[in-house]
Amino acid sequence: MEFERDLHLDATELRLGLPGTATKQSSEKQKPNSNLAKSNKRSLPDMNEESAGSSRENSRTVSSNDKKSHDQETAPPIKAQVVGWPPIRSYRKNCLQAKKLEAEAAGLYVKVSMDGAPYLRKIDLKVYKGYPELLKALEEMFKFKAGKYSEREGYNGSKHVPTYEDKDGDWMLVGDVPWDMFISSCKRLRIMKESEARGLGCAV
Amino acid sequence: MITNKKPRSSDTDSIYMKDDRTEMSEDDDRSPSPNSITHDSRPTRTYTTGSGPGTGPGSSSVPEYLAPCPDQVLENVLENVLLFLTSRKDRNAASLVCRSWYRVEALTRSDLFIGNCYAVSPKRATSRFTRIRSVTLKGRPRFADFNLMPPNWGAHLAPWVSAMALTYPWLEKVHLKRMSVTDDDLALLAESFSGFKELVLVCCDGFGTSGLAIVASRCRQLKVLDLIESEVSDDDVDWISYFPDTGTCLESLIFDCVECPIDFDALERLVANSPSLKKLRLNRHVSMGQLHRLMAQAPRLTHLGTGSFSPSEDVGQGEQGPDYVSAFAACKSIVCLSGFREIIPDYLPAINPVCANLTSLNFSYANVSAEHLKPIISNCHKLQIFWVLDSICDEGLQAVAATCKELRELRVFPFEAREDIEGPVSEVGLQAVSEGCRKLQSILYFCQRMTNAAVVAMSKNCPDLVVFRLCIMGRHRPDHVTGEPMDEGFGAIVMNCKKLTRLAVSGLLTDRAFAYIGKYGKIVRTLSVAFAGDSDMGLKYVLEGCPRLQKLEIRDSPFGDAALLSGLHHYYNMRFLWMSACNLSNQGCQQIAQALPRLVVEVIKHEDNLDMDENVDTLYMYRSLEGPRDDVPRFVSIL
Repeated sequence: MEFERDLHLDATELRLGLPGTATKQSSEKQKPNSNLAKSNKRSLPDMNEESAGSSRENSRTVSSNDKKSHDQETAPPIKAQVVGWPPIRSYRKNCLQAKKLEAEAAGLYVKVSMDGAPYLRKIDLKVYKGYPELLKALEEMFKFKAGKYSEREGYNGSKHVPTYEDKDGDWMLVGDVPWDMFISSCKRLRIMKESEARGLGCAV
Repeated sequence: MITNKKPRSSDTDSIYMKDDRTEMSEDDDRSPSPNSITHDSRPTRTYTTGSGPGTGPGSSSVPEYLAPCPDQVLENVLENVLLFLTSRKDRNAASLVCRSWYRVEALTRSDLFIGNCYAVSPKRATSRFTRIRSVTLKGRPRFADFNLMPPNWGAHLAPWVSAMALTYPWLEKVHLKRMSVTDDDLALLAESFSGFKELVLVCCDGFGTSGLAIVASRCRQLKVLDLIESEVSDDDVDWISYFPDTGTCLESLIFDCVECPIDFDALERLVANSPSLKKLRLNRHVSMGQLHRLMAQAPRLTHLGTGSFSPSEDVGQGEQGPDYVSAFAACKSIVCLSGFREIIPDYLPAINPVCANLTSLNFSYANVSAEHLKPIISNCHKLQIFWVLDSICDEGLQAVAATCKELRELRVFPFEAREDIEGPVSEVGLQAVSEGCRKLQSILYFCQRMTNAAVVAMSKNCPDLVVFRLCIMGRHRPDHVTGEPMDEGFGAIVMNCKKLTRLAVSGLLTDRAFAYIGKYGKIVRTLSVAFAGDSDMGLKYVLEGCPRLQKLEIRDSPFGDAALLSGLHHYYNMRFLWMSACNLSNQGCQQIAQALPRLVVEVIKHEDNLDMDENVDTLYMYRSLEGPRDDVPRFVSIL
């Protein structure tokens, strides 16, 4: 059926130029009626998808910049934007976008030191979704093996143990608290030698 | 009782009603006769001599006393009876019986509802109804919320508040939706109505904290100040501190949409000084620690908006924070929770003590996962209203379906309002809800993919549905399993849900879907259409088939002049019709304007396209007694 063209095949097509620029957006919007009248709407999906792609970026940036103003569109609504779709009120969109942008932009950079290494590194904790990813990144960065983590015994069978300093200034074992809590309380990381790390297992 | 089956023609009373179908004939549209009885105040009356036909019987023996004539007696009785009539529909019907009933009804009506502020002028409304205590006004059309209309289109409160200041000194309540309200308007309101009790502003804009400060300080009888999804500008005024120090009679203070920070100490004093406070919804600048203090001041709250629901910056992680669980346990009356604007999910279990009593829970600003939700929702057996983000995924919705057997209203909002992503909720969640929540009456569901089967299932499992709004965010997206249009799903909804009055459609839809709506949607009052249909037939089916249709909003659909013209018989019975980015031409719209003189036909141009070309960007038309409004901005032309 014709609508199979809707299944984003056009959106994945390789085209020259930036998304949204090569398509006839201005003509589409200046005469939206004639386009729709003369052609089956399903022949427009590539234009819609493309303009949707660029418009999303536009509308998102526009509305996050103009959170408090009435004029949400600094660009007039005609050009290359699927205005008002999906139908979410600006207030709600702004609240959630603000959160997303904050989360994306902020980053959470913490210093990482390893006993015996000459200099420190810095990593962005926000980039990782959980402990396995973080540990893998640390292992690669400092060329060590952390070993297997268990709640009871901490990191078993390795020469190095990942620890962190929390908001209270205490040194904790990485992995003891839920990831979200870790992210919000970790001030810096230190990869300790196993000998020094004894006594940190089952930290409360 | 009163039935009136006159054929449809122009209608004055319908301006004042939501869904009335009775008509007032043209010659009823006039001011009361000069012989009418004057009233000082309810319930006493004075009789003017010589009023009404006939004189009192047996008056010769008592020269000074003129017994009341039968008409007056009747009106006296009528007045006392009509006082009990509260439903708008009944009142409108009563006013059509005869002149005398019209007069008395006008004198006894205390709640004025105006569904479209341009359908009638303030002067006309305040002349007819002279004893109003409560006014509800609605302004902009709903699609204006989605930036489909340039700002400054209209819906100004100013002319209304000026007229009411003169005629309704005893005004107590003002409810506004999608109106432009200025600080001056608020000032005039605060000064003019000494007994003012209730101000509710939904989706309004144009005012700021300075206007709020005036209301707070002047309206000494204020019981309700509810700001809901309104835009409030930050005038650097600490409006909370303008409430009187000596105490208030506040019962409801809702300001969760106010983006400006507030002075917490002033707020704490206010809450402490407001012993009647039952509803308090804080904005996101109130931290959890502050919330804790406020809850201690107001343990009898029934509705609580929790503000940010995260600790302020300076609380260390290991610090022994306040005991939030006890705070919630102490508020035994809480039935409605909202807020959670910047939630740290770890704190969510604090609300457990109130879950068993909750009837309404709004998580729609809280990015919580299914894992966070489950332990909470499993206690919410009495929940009737649930608003949530799709971050809970289908799994979260399954948990809701498993516990919330009393659910009446569900809204699932998208965390990411985009078209091209996988999407965390789908037909799986919808199906689960339909199976678990059989009493569902209202649903708003945003998703990326859907199937006809799930929609059909809901139509069969939830026969009480009154509102069905499904938004498949990818435009023209078909059933993702079968590849078919979503016609059958929506068809099943109109066919099986016999109580359905509001419908919003989405996804790939052909004219067939509209044929179903026209055939089965006999009591549908509100219909929203976007990116749907094949041809004029789609719109024709609806206009010809849905006699109760009041509000029709359409965007980006291939309906043209012929379809528009097919609704001529019906437009006077509608509150409005909105069509944007469709196939309308100026000519077609002109034809409508000429055929229906009581319709205001607005053609709204996008601001950088002000030339009068043949194509109509946006058509917004509505019945009105006043003709073209006088506050038209330059991008609007009225045909």
